Amino acid sequence: MSQVNLRINGENHTLDLPPDMPLLWALRDKLNLVGTKYSCGIGICGSCTVLVDGLPMRSCTLPAAGLAGSEITTIEGFAPDGDHPVQKAWNEEDAPQCGYCQGGQILTAAALLKEKPNPSDGDIDEAMYGVVCRCGTYPRIRKAIKRAAAYAATEGGDV
Amino acid sequence: MNTANPKPDLNRRAFLKVSILASGALAVGVCWGSPLSANEMEGDLWTPNLYVHINRDGTVTIVSKNPEAGQGVKTAFPMVVAECLEVDWNDVSVEQAPLDTRYGRQVVGGSRGTPDGWDDLRVAGTGALYMLTAAAAEKWSVPAAECSAKSGVIYHAASGRSVPYAELLDGAAALPVPDVSALRLKSRPEDFKLLGRFVPGVDNHKILTGQGLYAADTRLNGMLYAVYEKCPTFGGKVRKANVEEIRKLSGVTHAFVVEGTDNLTGLLPGVAIVAETWWEASTAREKLQVDWETSHSDSTADYDRQALALASEPGETMRSDGDVDGAFDSATRVVEASYYYPFVSHANMEPQNCTAVYHESGRMELWAPSQNPKSGRTLVSRTLGIPEDQVEVNLPRIGGGFGRKLISDFMVECAWIAREVRRPVQLQWTREDDMRHDFYRPAGWHHFKAGIDDGGRMVAFDHHFITFGRNGKTISGAGLAPNHYPAGLVPNFRLRQSIIESNVPTGPWRSPGHSAYCFAYQSFFDEVALAGDRDPLEFRLDLLSRAYGEPPLDLERTSGTLRMAAEKAGWGRNPGANRGLGMAFHFDHGGFVSHVAQVVADGSRIKVEKVWSGIDVGPVINLSGASNQVEGAVVDALSTAQLEITFANGATEQSNFSDYDLLRINQAPEVECHFIQSDFPPMGLGEPPIAPATPAITNAIFAATGKRIRELPFSRSGIVA
Repeated sequence: MSQVNLRINGENHTLDLPPDMPLLWALRDKLNLVGTKYSCGIGICGSCTVLVDGLPMRSCTLPAAGLAGSEITTIEGFAPDGDHPVQKAWNEEDAPQCGYCQGGQILTAAALLKEKPNPSDGDIDEAMYGVVCRCGTYPRIRKAIKRAAAYAATEGGDV
Repeated sequence: MNTANPKPDLNRRAFLKVSILASGALAVGVCWGSPLSANEMEGDLWTPNLYVHINRDGTVTIVSKNPEAGQGVKTAFPMVVAECLEVDWNDVSVEQAPLDTRYGRQVVGGSRGTPDGWDDLRVAGTGALYMLTAAAAEKWSVPAAECSAKSGVIYHAASGRSVPYAELLDGAAALPVPDVSALRLKSRPEDFKLLGRFVPGVDNHKILTGQGLYAADTRLNGMLYAVYEKCPTFGGKVRKANVEEIRKLSGVTHAFVVEGTDNLTGLLPGVAIVAETWWEASTAREKLQVDWETSHSDSTADYDRQALALASEPGETMRSDGDVDGAFDSATRVVEASYYYPFVSHANMEPQNCTAVYHESGRMELWAPSQNPKSGRTLVSRTLGIPEDQVEVNLPRIGGGFGRKLISDFMVECAWIAREVRRPVQLQWTREDDMRHDFYRPAGWHHFKAGIDDGGRMVAFDHHFITFGRNGKTISGAGLAPNHYPAGLVPNFRLRQSIIESNVPTGPWRSPGHSAYCFAYQSFFDEVALAGDRDPLEFRLDLLSRAYGEPPLDLERTSGTLRMAAEKAGWGRNPGANRGLGMAFHFDHGGFVSHVAQVVADGSRIKVEKVWSGIDVGPVINLSGASNQVEGAVVDALSTAQLEITFANGATEQSNFSDYDLLRINQAPEVECHFIQSDFPPMGLGEPPIAPATPAITNAIFAATGKRIRELPFSRSGIVA
């Protein structure tokens, strides 16, 4: 066990973790933050995506011990009221089917829009390529990202 | 068979039951049974399922009985009740039911949720409204027929009076319940206010804010985490394992061998490792050494060799109509082609998992992402020797099923481990466990031969299907109904079947069978049409214009979807350079779907640009949920057409998304859905849209490239998507 200090969703946590424990399992099994999902375990499907200093990262392969000093945002802490333009657009397009991958989709989309407030189809393909949806909600994810971009543009909102 | 649209038989099944709950809410439920036993209605047997609670604050709580796996039932079912009860959707909240026999069938499968629930949901909503209306009429001393309802309020227009439902609850509860057959149930799309609209899913807020909804999100005091190692070779047993060494590893609390059973869909032999965190259990597993006793050595290469040898044998004749050989002799032209598709995996994003507590009282409590929790409960009960009424199953949201979670092996594994360790346990399979211990969709070979006359009309059809079985009988997902079209659409028809013995576990995979062989049939139809110099649409409509004996599907409704998809796609137009259009129709699980796909090609690299869908499943309940299923099925078809599971030495060769790489967003086409509204009873949509999507795409690839895809995945035919 080693002691690790993590800053997650704006709160500081000191955890005793097994060496090499990925962030995903620290979140799920130590902090009961279960919104971040396990699916492939090798960092290629994106269900476990969290934001580390604003950038989408794969928590299933990211050792928690290396994250001291970083600001970690999980889907629970992203916008708990669900009023972020990405969440509103996601609901209005009714993007989810089973919903299991959607936390990873939303955080990845939010990071894209932060960088490119008006993304092209090519930008969307590039940014979202790494997040797999087995239900095939991709057409709606594309629409939802465009809707969120339009929200931010018209409301002057911060995406 | 397929064409039947069963008429509601309400008298036989449904009774209303009304009561006031402790909260003061009016609860309305539906019970099942025969009218002869109506006098037993006060007994436990007649405890109603309480579909609807009308609360004192005017809100309405509607119970959703079926598990939700993304098919949208948790939104669609309450919509039906709300429609019939005349309440605003914003005033409705939805509660997930646990497994409870009072709810009848609680299964995600066979696209049967909607047709099975349709009558009872309407009875519950309409019956509740009937009683509220009667209570208002009594209160005002006016005939009930003069009252109307809207948005949770009963109105008497003649006197200008109105009263909200919430003030009528006690009055309604005191009235006799109506005979269900006296209720007028809405059935026509033109009568609907809520049904047919685009309604976002009721769990969306929880999904979008990451709240715990899934089985693996269950957190219990003192809970441990488990992994379960099974033999990579199907059917292997544990001789011995280094469990003593494993027990000493960091965080590990238990490690033990489970002898298991011979039931391939039950508790397989293996080794359980339990730890304080899942990561520690999983890390300890890397040190696990098991001596397996194995006897099987199935391999894809061997299957291929056997299939080749069987192709030249006659096989067993499953059906024969007319004079097939004579018709070939007199045919103007004979077209022959062979098709192949591989085994595929379900690969739900949520790998199998379960949470269980074995209580001191002997009661087993489970949180299971099961598509068929009742069969899972039976499996747990029989394997562990716990009476069924002592096994309680909660139904969290399922992170994708597609048929995999109809088999509840993960439930019995977790229950076994929980009883062994006497603490709450969460079993989480790895992705590798999931892919290596799936119940795969079987591969298949189809050798077709068609004879056409001067007009290009198909007059003879011979089909040799090579499939998989055990002890000479086809295994799950490997059968083909002898009356499947084109049987009944061609005067001279023969189906022959040969079976390869297999030890591979197979099972239902979204639209079992159909999602595989529709590709072969509908691609070959294109070959026959083109050989007779006929347009693929005209050829198909002609094929669907007459039947020989009982039609294998409703010809009119099938043709309707084909015309709809073709019209919306602009069939017959020039799609442009390097582009092609392709089409297919199909009928399965009560739904009629045709697609037209447009593909653009750059050499052997293709992209599916757009798909137009014509769909007839009767009235649409939730336009969003319905079109989501169609869009998802098209993506699923394009994804699966690029994937294969192979076997060597009796084990699966693929293990993760690195070698079974699901489709990504950049390949996903736009999908345009066109629903044909009718007042046939509504059918489900989880399955019908997928089967015709694959051949619509492969036929479009042919139109764009001249390359006929006769083998899947695409890579076997030299196509890259």
